[in-house]
Amino acid sequence: MNSQTSSFKKIILYGLLIILSLIILLPFFWMMSSSLKTSQDVFSVPMHWLPEQVNWKNFSDIWTKIPLLLFFKNSFKLAIIITLLQVLTSSFAAYPFAKMKFPGRDFIFLCYVATIAVPWQVYMIPQFILIRKMHLADTHLSLILMQAFTAFGVFLIRQAYLGIPTELSEAARIDGLSEFGIYQKIMLPLSKPAIATLVIFSFVNVWNDYMGPMIYLNSNELKTIQLGLRMFITQYSADYNLIMAAALISLIPVGSLFLSMQRFFIEGVATSGLKG
Amino acid sequence: MDLEDFKILIEGGAGNSITMTKQKVKNMAMAYIFLLPNLVGFLIFTLIPIVCSMGLSFMEWDSANPMVFVGFENFKRLWTDDTFKISLWNTVYYSVFTVPLTMAAALGLAIILNQKMKGINIFRTIFFFPHVASLVAIAVVWNLLFHPTLGPVNNILRFLGIANPPGWTSSVDWAMPVIIIVSIWKSMGYYMILYLSGLQAIPRELYEAAKVDGANSFQRFKSITLPMLTPTTFFVSIMLTIACFKVFDLVSVMTNGGPGRATNVLVFNIYNTAFINYEFGYASAISMILFIIVLAITIVQFRAEKKWVSYM
Repeated sequence: MNSQTSSFKKIILYGLLIILSLIILLPFFWMMSSSLKTSQDVFSVPMHWLPEQVNWKNFSDIWTKIPLLLFFKNSFKLAIIITLLQVLTSSFAAYPFAKMKFPGRDFIFLCYVATIAVPWQVYMIPQFILIRKMHLADTHLSLILMQAFTAFGVFLIRQAYLGIPTELSEAARIDGLSEFGIYQKIMLPLSKPAIATLVIFSFVNVWNDYMGPMIYLNSNELKTIQLGLRMFITQYSADYNLIMAAALISLIPVGSLFLSMQRFFIEGVATSGLKG
Repeated sequence: MDLEDFKILIEGGAGNSITMTKQKVKNMAMAYIFLLPNLVGFLIFTLIPIVCSMGLSFMEWDSANPMVFVGFENFKRLWTDDTFKISLWNTVYYSVFTVPLTMAAALGLAIILNQKMKGINIFRTIFFFPHVASLVAIAVVWNLLFHPTLGPVNNILRFLGIANPPGWTSSVDWAMPVIIIVSIWKSMGYYMILYLSGLQAIPRELYEAAKVDGANSFQRFKSITLPMLTPTTFFVSIMLTIACFKVFDLVSVMTNGGPGRATNVLVFNIYNTAFINYEFGYASAISMILFIIVLAITIVQFRAEKKWVSYM
């Protein structure tokens, strides 16, 4: 293959990639553009790709029209607490599964793995009944308790621990390091990529979760950003410009997390996906 | 070996085995200390509900009156329940289109991206982004794009000379296709990553050897890429089909199951039955059907995988 045809091929490929990207990004572009329009301009005929007049006021109006800041705080609170608990308890539980021998290990692990195959939608009803019996319905604690102890997290971290040579932990044990010491000084530092993946998955899942909060949260002051946005849509269905502004803002936390740590996102999908 | 040595050996051995069991108990206690924080939460909030879900499907319960055991009544009722049949049909309809189209789109994107070129990672990031974007925000902008009277999509269609473009989410016939389009757009980037790592695992020598033998790029794709990708393809098809049967958010935000029951899918039906109508027993029976379907898909696809997948 000579260099001319390969550079020609490259131009075609880049052209194709750019066109595909524009198509894929079009809804985001439309969201941005509409969020800066006036409510009449959103549905103007003929349509405008860009706002006639840039209406920054939308971005200040949304905070007063609905308690958007409160919804943000609720989502952040849930995402941070659940992620912390997930990482802490999964990285803990994964250690004996990967590096210790004790009776019942394989059976318990089998229980964990088997539940990964059961969709949450299958057992969400008994779970709801149980949580309501504990008088936890319509609290943030309900969502924290049901999402903080996932089998997926344990499975993911265990995979990472298994990749760490057993000789390393054996040697440390002979040198007198306690099990906690091995966990803290060997396992955790050597499984950073898996932990980063879990942090990201958990944060994104909680932030984007819609059905869980919809089932459990009734009070407005407890609602998460997704529920709040949904409420906004039904209350202000005429003001699409405001809805778009709120939607755009709701994408920022996860969007910036994704852009700054996209390597972990993509590697996480590739490894946990294929090995899982 | 004299007696003295022999004594030491026995005592040493016995002493050893005592410390061994002590060590074992200590070890086990340690293991459970590590396990406990997660295990307790997992038992209470995942395992117990899973075990209970089956029992609940044989009960009748509205949460106000006492629970009544009704045997197979709930499952019998499914046979005559139109909403259930429609929701099952809608889910199948959604999956039949979403699964192959998403796979084709994901594979296509992965093949384009599987090149050594500058800046390729930027495109990978762009294609993946819809997958992380939260669904409510996505659903509402697509609703705007597909707005029946004033949306940009219909504006463009009218401009292209189509006088009466479809009403999309407000039309019984077109609401589901809209859901399918948005769903493909949202998830193809995710499966693209899986395909991409599948593609990268194919040894380069195979392509070089085929080139030497004079195979053109279509032949190389047909005889190397596709067969070598079968494990990925099977994995993706299982994941995707299961994901399709669990669809809820998209439907809930974009069409709320409507118009009429046109986009009422299985999980939407479970949600309504349980959390709107408070028929917990009956809703559990529907979720058992969901579980059986998911389980069957997994088993069938793993069986088929053994038969068809070529691992070289």
